[in-house]
Amino acid sequence: MLTAKFPALRMSRRGLLKGAALATVLGASLNVMRSVAVFAADAAGWPTDAFKQKSETDVLKTLYGKAAEVSDKVKLDAPEIAENGAVVPISISTTLPKVTSISVMVAENPYALAASYKIPEGTLPAVSNRLKMAKTSKVIAVVESDGKLYSTSKEVKVTVGGCGG
Amino acid sequence: MASSIRVRATAGAETTEVQALMQHPMDSGFVKNAKGELIPAHHIETVQFETGGKVVFTALWGPAVSKDPFIKFSFKGGKKGDDLKITWVDNKGATDTTTAKIM
Amino acid sequence: MMRGLALLMALAMLAGTQIARAEVTASTPENDFKAFRNFFTNKFPKVPLNDFVNGPYSMDEGLRKQWIAKEDFPPYDFALDHGKELFEKPFKNGKTFADCFPNKGIGIRQNYPYFDDKTNEVITLELAVNQCLEKNGEKPYNYMKDDMAAVTAYMAFTSRGKPFDIKIPKDNPKAVEAYEKGKQYFYQRRGQLNFSCASCHIQAPGERIRAEVLAPALGILNAMPIYRSEWGGMGTISRRFTSCNSQVRGVPLEPQAPEYRNLEYYLSYMANGLPVSGPGSRP
Repeated sequence: MLTAKFPALRMSRRGLLKGAALATVLGASLNVMRSVAVFAADAAGWPTDAFKQKSETDVLKTLYGKAAEVSDKVKLDAPEIAENGAVVPISISTTLPKVTSISVMVAENPYALAASYKIPEGTLPAVSNRLKMAKTSKVIAVVESDGKLYSTSKEVKVTVGGCGG
Repeated sequence: MASSIRVRATAGAETTEVQALMQHPMDSGFVKNAKGELIPAHHIETVQFETGGKVVFTALWGPAVSKDPFIKFSFKGGKKGDDLKITWVDNKGATDTTTAKIM
Repeated sequence: MMRGLALLMALAMLAGTQIARAEVTASTPENDFKAFRNFFTNKFPKVPLNDFVNGPYSMDEGLRKQWIAKEDFPPYDFALDHGKELFEKPFKNGKTFADCFPNKGIGIRQNYPYFDDKTNEVITLELAVNQCLEKNGEKPYNYMKDDMAAVTAYMAFTSRGKPFDIKIPKDNPKAVEAYEKGKQYFYQRRGQLNFSCASCHIQAPGERIRAEVLAPALGILNAMPIYRSEWGGMGTISRRFTSCNSQVRGVPLEPQAPEYRNLEYYLSYMANGLPVSGPGSRP
């Protein structure tokens, strides 16, 4: 019988890290007792709650605890019409200083947050990636610079494939 | 058995560019199979890049990242011959790691 | 009234001479080749000749940009690695693929398909791979994807850049017949949608069918096998031919059916001189 108590999970990233580590241990022992569906706890440091949010505002609130202001200093490279919604190449870069994080969201996806990147000092504030888009949607790039959030967005059209090329 | 991580790290004058491709289904959990059953979510959650004892990049991925995910970024420093270690962990607790030399 | 009749007669005579003239210009593979090539270079004067092998990417700038971004680290890389492993791994009897092919199987993709005058049939690369496996007591691959795609991806890769060099021996009427049958298949309508290959790839390259941009028939096989975003994986020529048949709501033939092999013979000959670009990526 499990009687271990664990501290309330806080929403800050550090809190999430601690909470996640504990959850992993707890999850592992719970798995021993379960016979049916096994679910592994998420990887250490993975912001589970942020990845469950449906709207952009909720993602930013959960992930950063703040809102973003639109900035033309954040550059988002994404196609006008995606070749295929399963593999959409995007690139984000910025001239803003002291960047610690870059995140990208797809507004019309079931969960808005697609990916988030931690940028330590010495790493350039630029990333290229390939995303899945469920349908035509705004793609939003967010940069955390000197503690503040800045964003830009672009609409990417996604069409259903026909007979092929 | 080849690693699931392919990486190309090239040292330039001031920065090193890293490109990596990982073999992973990145199932979102929203897609059904031929029988109409949902294919459970199975995707990489974290990817960490380390060199010279320092973490130079961390990716936190959700299921919206494409199958066989790709990532490209650059960091200051790094020189030819240095080791670059990449580790991913997925939502099932599986992990893979590889170390490549910066060219 | 009389003048009308005279005009009709004159026209009929003219038509008669025109018909006679048309019969003199016989269709031969060489003449077909020139006509086919000129059709595409005239229709798309701005597309460099070798670029046609890039299919829809030679036709649409937006698609091309996304493709170039992905070629940085192409999705077929894993299949290529796996293909090399499979290619070099000895069979149970100790032999390898190298023992079945000229030049040990390296750098020969551009010569396939060829007409085998002993068995009087078209031999494609995919068929040759499975023939090699069977000859050496191994289980043949499924023609559509996975191992077949991996091995042919590797073999194509060793030929990258080499111009297609398909031979139709003039002195072998059966070879010419196979070519002609392939050509017929290409231009013949089929399926509930009543499309021929030409309906899309000759009449409408660069245009959209529903939401996808159509590839030109010129060099259409040069990038095979391909990683298609739509498939989320690799596919061979067999996979593409059968799925195209299904997509026009026709009943697909068996992979490597003689009709498909003749079709591949025709299309590959039309691409002579254009480089092997496989393995490739496609939407």
